[in-house]
Amino acid sequence: MTSPHPILSILGVVIVAMSIAAFLIWVERRLLALWQDRYGPNRVGPFGLLQVLADSIKIFMKEDWIPPFVDTPVFILAPAIVFVTVLMSFAVLPVAPGIIVSDLNVGLLFFLAMSSLGVYSVVLAGWSSNNKYALVGGLRAAAQMLSYEVFMGLSLTGVVLLAGSFSLSTIVEAQKKIWFVVPQFPGFVLFLIAGLAETRRIPFDLPEAESELVAGYHSEYSGMKFGMFFVGEYMGVTLISSMIAVLFFGGWLGPVLPGLVWFFIKMFFFIAFFVLVRAALPRPRFDQLMSWGWKVMLPLALINLLATGAAVLARR
Amino acid sequence: MLSILRTIWYVFLHSFQKRITVQYPEQKPYLAPRFRGRIILSRDPDGGERCVACNLCAVACPVGCIALQATEDEKGRRYPEFFRINFSRCIFCGYCEEACPTYAIQLTPDFEMGEFHRKNLVYEKEDLLIDGPGKYPGYNFWRIAGVKIGGKDKGEAAHEDAPVDVHTLLP
Repeated sequence: MTSPHPILSILGVVIVAMSIAAFLIWVERRLLALWQDRYGPNRVGPFGLLQVLADSIKIFMKEDWIPPFVDTPVFILAPAIVFVTVLMSFAVLPVAPGIIVSDLNVGLLFFLAMSSLGVYSVVLAGWSSNNKYALVGGLRAAAQMLSYEVFMGLSLTGVVLLAGSFSLSTIVEAQKKIWFVVPQFPGFVLFLIAGLAETRRIPFDLPEAESELVAGYHSEYSGMKFGMFFVGEYMGVTLISSMIAVLFFGGWLGPVLPGLVWFFIKMFFFIAFFVLVRAALPRPRFDQLMSWGWKVMLPLALINLLATGAAVLARR
Repeated sequence: MLSILRTIWYVFLHSFQKRITVQYPEQKPYLAPRFRGRIILSRDPDGGERCVACNLCAVACPVGCIALQATEDEKGRRYPEFFRINFSRCIFCGYCEEACPTYAIQLTPDFEMGEFHRKNLVYEKEDLLIDGPGKYPGYNFWRIAGVKIGGKDKGEAAHEDAPVDVHTLLP
């Protein structure tokens, strides 16, 4: 396993992650359309594929307006944070054997830390906007992401116990015999739900809730700053989908096809699932969201952790 | 919990359903005969203008997009000197067609009238008049109405008796 030059792999990961995120704009609209018996964007280029280009040209040409009442430095910083934290998480993501920017031995912890830092982006955006809707959105984001982060971490400890390592490539290697989704099914479900909440997508999009809060924390954003939130969200979806693939579905492991292909197949499967969930489910009330997180998901994660720990001890 | 999974499954089943979108410019939609689209002015079976410039359409129009000026020809037939519809205001409600006593103004199943300049949406009488009778092929207002015009005296209209001579005592 010879690793390519670090700069090359960093560039590769950044370019691939960002182009997948941009491509997801089209994928999501086409898939949503499919499930709503429509076509979606199919005019620009073959199958509407150039819609991505048209959208990005549009968003770059828009006026990047900073309202006079905002806290300017924080206002500018906030969209950068979401972008940077998500991109940092991609650094520890093992795409295929040897294709990884940095195989940290605490990769999983690094991923959790980075996704926690992502909360700052949303909270600071809501705070610096000086707008009551943005602030409410930011508050909701803080509450939601903190409470879902707790059992997100706990749901992954089962995987760590089974693999005996925090390093993501070791976790993938440990799934040679059986994917962790089988012994860790509750953990998988918990992580899936926490991941949805983490990316602030539709069943958990209370921070932006356009029917209640205009656009929540990014109400005041326009132009490419709004685009950063947008792309950051799609990169988050890509990240969580890849994480599910790596942690529970054996990452690059799979017969016949090369590892890279398997990884992307699994990733796109979960991206499509995320879109399907968006197409199907309504947004819960905020107190329902919180009581779900603390009263159902957290105890379940703890029970799962105890049971896994007991099983691992018993087998030793 | 189960209902959430069921919802997701039912939405997924939509992947195998026919899409309802009509791919418009390539695939034309079916427009019903009574579709309310572009407004036209029709003619009698024998080629005369049906419009008698009574102004009822202009009065009925909720957005006031119809403007016309009545005048009379040498035979005593009323007709519009000009007849103007501003389609940039028209809401295609069809009230003008309902108000018209002579079936002159009619809405047609055609909506493709996009323009780059607003001015081009103001249609004059030449643009509105068509050569045929539209939806009412046999109808001729001046043949039925009891009004006297050149070439048709009182009592000569269809289904009309000769006028009663009120000065005679005979039954």
